[in-house]
Amino acid sequence: MGAQQRVFKQKIRSTQSLRKIFKAMELIAASRIQKAIARSQAASPYANALTRAVSAVASESNVEHVLTTESENVSRAAVLVIGPDRGFAGAYSANLLREAEELIRLLHSEGKDVQLFTIGSKAKNYYTFRDRKIERSWTGISESPTAENAREIGEALLENFDPESADSGLDEIYIVFTKFVSSVTHDPEYRRLLPLEVVDAGEASTGGGSAESSGAAAFPLYEFEPSAEAVLDSLLPRYIDSRILSALLSASASEQASRQAAMKTATDNADDLIKTYTRLANTARQAEITQELTEIVGGADALAASAAGD
Amino acid sequence: MATLEVNVVAADREVWVGEAKRVIARTLDGEIGVLPGHEPVLGVVADGEARILTTGEDTVRVKADGGFLSVENNRVIIAADQAELL
Repeated sequence: MGAQQRVFKQKIRSTQSLRKIFKAMELIAASRIQKAIARSQAASPYANALTRAVSAVASESNVEHVLTTESENVSRAAVLVIGPDRGFAGAYSANLLREAEELIRLLHSEGKDVQLFTIGSKAKNYYTFRDRKIERSWTGISESPTAENAREIGEALLENFDPESADSGLDEIYIVFTKFVSSVTHDPEYRRLLPLEVVDAGEASTGGGSAESSGAAAFPLYEFEPSAEAVLDSLLPRYIDSRILSALLSASASEQASRQAAMKTATDNADDLIKTYTRLANTARQAEITQELTEIVGGADALAASAAGD
Repeated sequence: MATLEVNVVAADREVWVGEAKRVIARTLDGEIGVLPGHEPVLGVVADGEARILTTGEDTVRVKADGGFLSVENNRVIIAADQAELL
Protein backbone atom coordinates (compact mmCIF):
# COMPACT_ATOMS: atom_id res chain seq x y z
CA MET A 1 0.00 0.00 0.00
CA GLY A 2 1.26 3.43 -0.83
CA ALA A 3 2.36 5.89 1.81
CA GLN A 4 -0.41 8.34 0.96
CA GLN A 5 -3.09 5.72 1.31
CA ARG A 6 -1.72 4.65 4.65
CA VAL A 7 -1.86 8.22 5.95
CA PHE A 8 -5.51 8.57 4.95
CA LYS A 9 -6.47 5.20 6.41
CA GLN A 10 -4.90 6.22 9.69
CA LYS A 11 -6.76 9.52 9.73
CA ILE A 12 -10.03 7.75 9.01
CA ARG A 13 -9.46 5.31 11.85
CA SER A 14 -8.64 7.99 14.40
CA THR A 15 -11.60 10.13 13.31
CA GLN A 16 -13.84 7.10 13.63
CA SER A 17 -12.75 6.45 17.18
CA LEU A 18 -13.25 10.13 18.06
CA ARG A 19 -16.66 9.97 16.47
CA LYS A 20 -17.59 7.08 18.72
CA ILE A 21 -16.62 9.10 21.77
CA PHE A 22 -18.60 12.14 20.61
CA LYS A 23 -21.61 10.00 19.87
CA ALA A 24 -21.46 8.37 23.29
CA MET A 25 -21.16 11.73 25.03
CA GLU A 26 -24.08 13.05 23.01
CA LEU A 27 -26.27 10.15 24.09
CA ILE A 28 -25.22 10.47 27.72
CA ALA A 29 -25.96 14.20 27.69
CA ALA A 30 -29.33 13.59 26.06
CA SER A 31 -30.37 11.18 28.78
CA ARG A 32 -29.13 13.55 31.48
CA ILE A 33 -31.13 16.47 30.11
CA GLN A 34 -34.30 14.49 30.68
CA LYS A 35 -33.18 13.69 34.20
CA ALA A 36 -32.27 17.30 34.92
CA ILE A 37 -35.60 18.55 33.59
CA ALA A 38 -37.45 15.98 35.66
CA ARG A 39 -35.62 17.03 38.82
CA SER A 40 -36.25 20.64 38.07
CA GLN A 41 -39.95 19.92 37.73
CA ALA A 42 -39.97 17.81 40.87
CA ALA A 43 -38.61 20.77 42.81
CA SER A 44 -41.15 23.25 41.51
CA PRO A 45 -44.11 22.39 43.78
CA TYR A 46 -41.95 23.25 46.77
CA ALA A 47 -40.69 26.43 45.13
CA ASN A 48 -44.23 27.47 44.24
CA ALA A 49 -45.54 26.76 47.72
CA LEU A 50 -42.73 28.75 49.27
CA THR A 51 -43.10 31.65 46.89
CA ARG A 52 -46.79 31.87 47.58
CA ALA A 53 -46.29 31.71 51.32
CA VAL A 54 -43.56 34.33 51.28
CA SER A 55 -45.64 36.64 49.12
CA ALA A 56 -48.58 36.12 51.44
CA VAL A 57 -46.62 37.03 54.56
CA ALA A 58 -44.89 39.93 52.92
CA SER A 59 -48.02 41.43 51.42
CA GLU A 60 -50.19 41.09 54.48
CA SER A 61 -48.10 41.99 57.40
CA ASN A 62 -45.84 44.99 57.49
CA VAL A 63 -43.01 42.99 58.90
CA GLU A 64 -39.61 44.40 58.20
CA HIS A 65 -37.03 41.73 57.75
CA VAL A 66 -33.31 42.11 57.26
CA LEU A 67 -33.41 40.03 54.10
CA THR A 68 -35.98 42.23 52.40
CA THR A 69 -34.72 45.62 53.47
CA GLU A 70 -32.98 47.63 50.83
CA SER A 71 -29.73 49.04 52.04
CA GLU A 72 -29.25 52.73 51.42
CA ASN A 73 -25.54 52.63 50.79
CA VAL A 74 -24.71 49.57 48.84
CA SER A 75 -20.98 49.14 48.98
CA ARG A 76 -20.45 45.41 48.79
CA ALA A 77 -22.12 42.91 46.52
CA ALA A 78 -21.58 39.20 46.18
CA VAL A 79 -21.82 37.46 42.84
CA LEU A 80 -22.52 33.76 42.74
CA VAL A 81 -21.52 32.29 39.39
CA ILE A 82 -23.07 28.93 38.64
CA GLY A 83 -20.91 27.22 36.05
CA PRO A 84 -20.02 23.74 34.87
CA ASP A 85 -17.34 21.40 36.15
CA ARG A 86 -16.43 19.99 32.79
CA GLY A 87 -15.98 21.43 29.34
CA PHE A 88 -17.10 19.86 26.06
CA ALA A 89 -20.23 21.94 26.19
CA GLY A 90 -19.58 24.41 23.39
CA ALA A 91 -19.90 28.05 24.34
CA TYR A 92 -21.83 27.30 27.53
CA SER A 93 -19.24 28.44 30.04
CA ALA A 94 -17.88 31.22 27.82
CA ASN A 95 -21.35 32.76 27.52
CA LEU A 96 -21.97 32.40 31.23
CA LEU A 97 -18.67 34.01 32.20
CA ARG A 98 -19.27 36.84 29.76
CA GLU A 99 -22.59 37.54 31.48
CA ALA A 100 -20.85 37.41 34.87
CA GLU A 101 -18.16 39.83 33.70
CA GLU A 102 -20.82 42.18 32.43
CA LEU A 103 -22.56 42.16 35.80
CA ILE A 104 -19.29 42.68 37.66
CA ARG A 105 -18.44 45.62 35.42
CA LEU A 106 -21.85 47.09 36.05
CA LEU A 107 -21.46 46.70 39.82
CA HIS A 108 -18.01 48.24 39.70
CA SER A 109 -19.32 51.18 37.74
CA GLU A 110 -21.89 51.73 40.49
CA GLY A 111 -19.02 51.90 42.95
CA LYS A 112 -19.64 48.54 44.59
CA ASP A 113 -17.07 46.07 45.76
CA VAL A 114 -17.60 42.64 44.32
CA GLN A 115 -17.00 39.39 46.15
CA LEU A 116 -16.98 36.27 44.04
CA PHE A 117 -18.54 32.93 44.86
CA THR A 118 -18.27 30.24 42.23
CA ILE A 119 -19.75 26.86 41.54
CA GLY A 120 -18.00 24.47 39.19
CA SER A 121 -14.33 24.25 38.33
CA LYS A 122 -14.65 26.13 35.04
CA ALA A 123 -15.69 29.36 36.74
CA LYS A 124 -13.16 28.81 39.51
CA ASN A 125 -10.29 28.32 37.05
CA TYR A 126 -11.34 31.33 35.03
CA TYR A 127 -10.99 33.66 38.01
CA THR A 128 -7.98 31.95 39.58
CA PHE A 129 -6.13 32.24 36.29
CA ARG A 130 -6.83 35.97 36.25
CA ASP A 131 -5.69 36.40 39.85
CA ARG A 132 -9.12 37.44 41.05
CA LYS A 133 -10.01 36.64 44.59
CA ILE A 134 -12.72 34.04 45.10
CA GLU A 135 -14.42 34.11 48.48
CA ARG A 136 -15.60 30.59 48.27
CA SER A 137 -16.07 27.98 45.61
CA TRP A 138 -17.83 24.68 45.30
CA THR A 139 -16.96 22.03 42.77
CA GLY A 140 -18.41 18.70 41.80
CA ILE A 141 -22.05 19.60 42.28
CA SER A 142 -23.00 21.24 39.02
CA GLU A 143 -24.16 18.09 37.25
CA SER A 144 -26.55 16.80 39.86
CA PRO A 145 -27.19 19.46 42.48
CA THR A 146 -29.18 18.43 45.53
CA ALA A 147 -31.26 20.34 48.05
CA GLU A 148 -28.42 19.92 50.57
CA ASN A 149 -25.98 21.61 48.20
CA ALA A 150 -28.37 24.51 47.79
CA ARG A 151 -28.78 24.80 51.52
CA GLU A 152 -25.04 24.83 52.11
CA ILE A 153 -24.54 27.54 49.50
CA GLY A 154 -27.45 29.54 50.86
CA GLU A 155 -26.02 29.38 54.36
CA ALA A 156 -22.59 30.46 53.20
CA LEU A 157 -24.08 33.44 51.39
CA LEU A 158 -26.38 34.45 54.22
CA GLU A 159 -23.58 34.23 56.76
CA ASN A 160 -21.95 37.25 55.21
CA PHE A 161 -25.12 39.10 54.37
CA ASP A 162 -25.49 41.96 56.77
CA PRO A 163 -26.49 45.29 55.24
CA GLU A 164 -26.63 46.94 58.63
CA SER A 165 -22.97 46.62 59.40
CA ALA A 166 -21.09 49.41 57.70
CA ASP A 167 -17.77 47.82 57.00
CA SER A 168 -17.82 44.09 56.46
CA GLY A 169 -21.22 42.69 55.55
CA LEU A 170 -22.61 42.16 52.10
CA ASP A 171 -25.36 44.47 50.97
CA GLU A 172 -26.49 42.63 47.89
CA ILE A 173 -26.22 39.15 46.47
CA TYR A 174 -26.47 38.41 42.77
CA ILE A 175 -26.67 35.09 41.08
CA VAL A 176 -25.47 34.35 37.53
CA PHE A 177 -26.71 31.19 35.90
CA THR A 178 -27.92 29.81 32.61
CA LYS A 179 -31.65 29.67 32.31
CA PHE A 180 -32.99 26.59 30.62
CA VAL A 181 -35.70 27.61 28.20
CA SER A 182 -35.74 24.57 25.95
CA SER A 183 -33.23 22.00 24.71
CA VAL A 184 -32.00 24.45 22.12
CA THR A 185 -32.40 27.74 23.97
CA HIS A 186 -30.61 28.54 27.18
CA ASP A 187 -29.79 32.08 28.15
CA PRO A 188 -27.18 33.16 30.63
CA GLU A 189 -28.71 35.73 32.95
CA TYR A 190 -28.22 37.35 36.31
CA ARG A 191 -30.68 38.24 39.00
CA ARG A 192 -30.53 39.78 42.38
CA LEU A 193 -31.10 37.27 45.10
CA LEU A 194 -30.90 39.61 48.05
CA PRO A 195 -32.37 41.88 49.25
CA LEU A 196 -35.41 39.95 48.16
CA GLU A 197 -37.92 41.47 45.91
CA VAL A 198 -40.85 39.30 46.65
CA VAL A 199 -42.17 38.33 43.28
CA ASP A 200 -45.17 36.55 41.88
CA ALA A 201 -45.19 32.80 41.91
CA GLY A 202 -44.70 32.63 38.17
CA GLU A 203 -41.59 34.76 38.23
CA ALA A 204 -39.82 32.84 40.93
CA SER A 205 -39.72 29.41 39.44
CA THR A 206 -36.56 29.62 37.41
CA GLY A 207 -36.52 25.88 37.25
CA GLY A 208 -38.44 25.70 34.02
CA GLY A 209 -41.40 24.04 35.66
CA SER A 210 -44.70 25.61 34.86
CA ALA A 211 -45.72 27.82 37.70
CA GLU A 212 -49.29 27.74 38.69
CA SER A 213 -51.18 30.96 38.41
CA SER A 214 -51.57 31.02 42.15
CA GLY A 215 -49.61 34.22 42.64
CA ALA A 216 -52.18 36.44 41.04
CA ALA A 217 -55.03 35.62 43.40
CA ALA A 218 -55.57 37.74 46.45
CA PHE A 219 -54.35 36.19 49.64
CA PRO A 220 -56.79 35.30 52.38
CA LEU A 221 -56.25 36.62 55.88
CA TYR A 222 -53.82 34.21 57.37
CA GLU A 223 -53.44 33.31 60.96
CA PHE A 224 -49.76 33.04 61.77
CA GLU A 225 -48.29 30.40 64.02
CA PRO A 226 -46.49 31.39 66.18
CA SER A 227 -46.20 34.94 64.75
CA ALA A 228 -45.74 36.65 61.42
CA GLU A 229 -42.12 37.45 62.27
CA ALA A 230 -41.33 33.88 63.20
CA VAL A 231 -42.96 32.57 60.06
CA LEU A 232 -41.05 35.00 57.89
CA ASP A 233 -37.84 34.19 59.71
CA SER A 234 -38.27 30.57 58.94
CA LEU A 235 -39.53 31.06 55.40
CA LEU A 236 -37.02 33.49 53.94
CA PRO A 237 -33.84 31.39 54.24
CA ARG A 238 -35.76 28.48 52.76
CA TYR A 239 -37.01 30.66 49.97
CA ILE A 240 -33.46 31.65 49.16
CA ASP A 241 -32.27 28.04 49.24
CA SER A 242 -35.09 27.09 46.98
CA ARG A 243 -34.23 29.82 44.48
CA ILE A 244 -30.61 28.75 44.53
CA LEU A 245 -31.67 25.16 43.98
CA SER A 246 -33.86 26.02 41.05
CA ALA A 247 -31.03 28.07 39.53
CA LEU A 248 -28.67 25.13 40.04
CA LEU A 249 -31.09 22.70 38.44
CA SER A 250 -31.77 25.02 35.56
CA ALA A 251 -28.03 25.47 35.03
CA SER A 252 -27.43 21.75 35.07
CA ALA A 253 -30.15 21.16 32.48
CA SER A 254 -28.64 23.91 30.31
CA GLU A 255 -25.19 22.41 30.70
CA GLN A 256 -26.33 19.01 29.51
CA ALA A 257 -28.29 20.54 26.65
CA SER A 258 -25.26 22.56 25.54
CA ARG A 259 -23.10 19.48 25.78
CA GLN A 260 -25.51 17.49 23.71
CA ALA A 261 -25.61 20.17 21.02
CA ALA A 262 -21.81 20.52 21.00
CA MET A 263 -21.32 16.77 20.77
CA LYS A 264 -23.90 16.52 18.01
CA THR A 265 -21.96 19.09 16.01
CA ALA A 266 -18.71 17.25 16.73
CA THR A 267 -20.21 13.96 15.56
CA ASP A 268 -21.48 15.59 12.37
CA ASN A 269 -18.08 17.14 11.74
CA ALA A 270 -16.40 13.78 12.30
CA ASP A 271 -18.78 12.25 9.77
CA ASP A 272 -17.85 14.93 7.25
CA LEU A 273 -14.15 14.37 7.88
CA ILE A 274 -14.49 10.62 7.49
CA LYS A 275 -16.29 11.12 4.19
CA THR A 276 -13.64 13.54 2.94
CA TYR A 277 -10.78 11.27 3.97
CA THR A 278 -12.47 8.24 2.43
CA ARG A 279 -12.79 10.13 -0.88
CA LEU A 280 -9.14 11.20 -0.69
CA ALA A 281 -8.06 7.66 0.15
CA ASN A 282 -10.03 6.34 -2.83
CA THR A 283 -8.46 8.92 -5.11
CA ALA A 284 -5.03 7.99 -3.81
CA ARG A 285 -5.73 4.32 -4.38
CA GLN A 286 -6.97 4.92 -7.91
CA ALA A 287 -3.99 7.13 -8.68
CA GLU A 288 -1.74 4.37 -7.47
CA ILE A 289 -3.48 1.76 -9.62
CA THR A 290 -3.37 4.04 -12.64
CA GLN A 291 0.29 4.62 -12.06
CA GLU A 292 1.00 0.91 -11.71
CA LEU A 293 -0.94 0.20 -14.92
CA THR A 294 0.95 2.90 -16.76
CA GLU A 295 4.19 1.46 -15.52
CA ILE A 296 3.25 -2.06 -16.61
CA VAL A 297 2.01 -0.94 -20.01
CA GLY A 298 5.04 1.28 -20.43
CA GLY A 299 7.32 -1.59 -19.43
CA ALA A 300 5.58 -4.01 -21.79
CA ASP A 301 5.81 -1.47 -24.62
CA ALA A 302 9.50 -1.00 -23.95
CA LEU A 303 10.04 -4.77 -23.88
CA ALA A 304 8.08 -5.19 -27.10
CA ALA A 305 10.00 -2.38 -28.76
CA SER A 306 13.33 -3.83 -27.71
CA ALA A 307 12.25 -7.33 -28.87
CA ALA A 308 11.20 -5.94 -32.29
CA GLY A 309 14.52 -4.13 -32.59
CA ASP A 310 16.55 -7.34 -32.23
CA MET B 1 -68.75 16.65 52.86
CA ALA B 2 -65.92 18.94 52.04
CA THR B 3 -62.50 17.40 51.97
CA LEU B 4 -59.02 18.75 52.32
CA GLU B 5 -56.68 18.78 49.37
CA VAL B 6 -53.29 17.90 50.82
CA ASN B 7 -49.85 18.35 49.31
CA VAL B 8 -46.75 17.27 51.14
CA VAL B 9 -43.70 18.55 49.32
CA ALA B 10 -40.01 18.24 50.10
CA ALA B 11 -37.35 20.54 48.69
CA ASP B 12 -36.67 18.33 45.71
CA ARG B 13 -39.83 16.32 45.14
CA GLU B 14 -43.49 15.87 45.88
CA VAL B 15 -43.97 13.38 48.69
CA TRP B 16 -47.70 12.85 48.95
CA VAL B 17 -50.73 14.35 47.23
CA GLY B 18 -54.29 13.42 47.95
CA GLU B 19 -57.57 14.14 49.63
CA ALA B 20 -58.01 13.96 53.34
CA LYS B 21 -60.55 14.40 56.06
CA ARG B 22 -58.17 15.60 58.68
CA VAL B 23 -54.57 16.65 58.99
CA ILE B 24 -52.65 16.84 62.23
CA ALA B 25 -49.26 18.49 62.20
CA ARG B 26 -46.81 19.75 64.76
CA THR B 27 -45.96 23.43 64.78
CA LEU B 28 -43.69 25.37 67.07
CA ASP B 29 -46.61 26.07 69.39
CA GLY B 30 -47.83 22.51 69.54
CA GLU B 31 -50.02 20.26 67.50
CA ILE B 32 -52.50 21.71 65.09
CA GLY B 33 -55.44 19.79 63.74
CA VAL B 34 -56.97 20.87 60.46
CA LEU B 35 -60.46 19.90 59.40
CA PRO B 36 -62.27 21.04 56.25
CA GLY B 37 -63.30 24.67 56.55
CA HIS B 38 -60.34 25.64 58.72
CA GLU B 39 -59.35 29.29 58.66
CA PRO B 40 -56.23 30.22 56.65
CA VAL B 41 -53.07 29.49 58.60
CA LEU B 42 -49.38 29.84 57.91
CA GLY B 43 -47.35 28.04 60.52
CA VAL B 44 -43.81 26.95 61.11
CA VAL B 45 -43.57 23.19 61.27
CA ALA B 46 -41.46 21.75 64.04
CA ASP B 47 -39.58 18.52 63.51
CA GLY B 48 -41.87 15.62 63.90
CA GLU B 49 -44.64 13.67 62.41
CA ALA B 50 -47.74 14.80 60.55
CA ARG B 51 -50.74 12.50 60.36
CA ILE B 52 -53.14 12.64 57.48
CA LEU B 53 -56.47 10.84 57.65
CA THR B 54 -57.38 10.22 54.05
CA THR B 55 -60.87 10.02 52.62
CA GLY B 56 -60.30 6.28 52.38
CA GLU B 57 -59.98 6.12 56.19
CA ASP B 58 -56.27 5.38 55.92
CA THR B 59 -53.76 7.18 58.05
CA VAL B 60 -50.74 8.46 56.21
CA ARG B 61 -47.87 9.37 58.46
CA VAL B 62 -45.25 11.74 57.17
CA LYS B 63 -42.06 12.73 58.85
CA ALA B 64 -41.51 16.41 58.18
CA ASP B 65 -38.26 18.01 59.10
CA GLY B 66 -38.40 21.78 59.34
CA GLY B 67 -40.61 23.74 57.00
CA PHE B 68 -44.00 25.30 57.01
CA LEU B 69 -47.65 24.52 56.79
CA SER B 70 -50.21 26.53 54.94
CA VAL B 71 -53.95 26.14 55.04
CA GLU B 72 -56.37 28.02 52.86
CA ASN B 73 -59.63 27.15 51.13
CA ASN B 74 -59.42 23.53 52.22
CA ARG B 75 -56.01 23.25 50.67
CA VAL B 76 -53.22 22.13 52.98
CA ILE B 77 -49.60 22.38 51.96
CA ILE B 78 -46.88 20.96 54.14
CA ALA B 79 -43.55 22.05 52.69
CA ALA B 80 -40.57 20.61 54.48
CA ASP B 81 -36.85 20.61 53.83
CA GLN B 82 -36.93 16.89 54.14
CA ALA B 83 -40.04 14.82 54.22
CA GLU B 84 -40.70 11.15 53.94
CA LEU B 85 -43.57 8.77 54.34
CA LEU B 86 -43.44 6.56 57.37
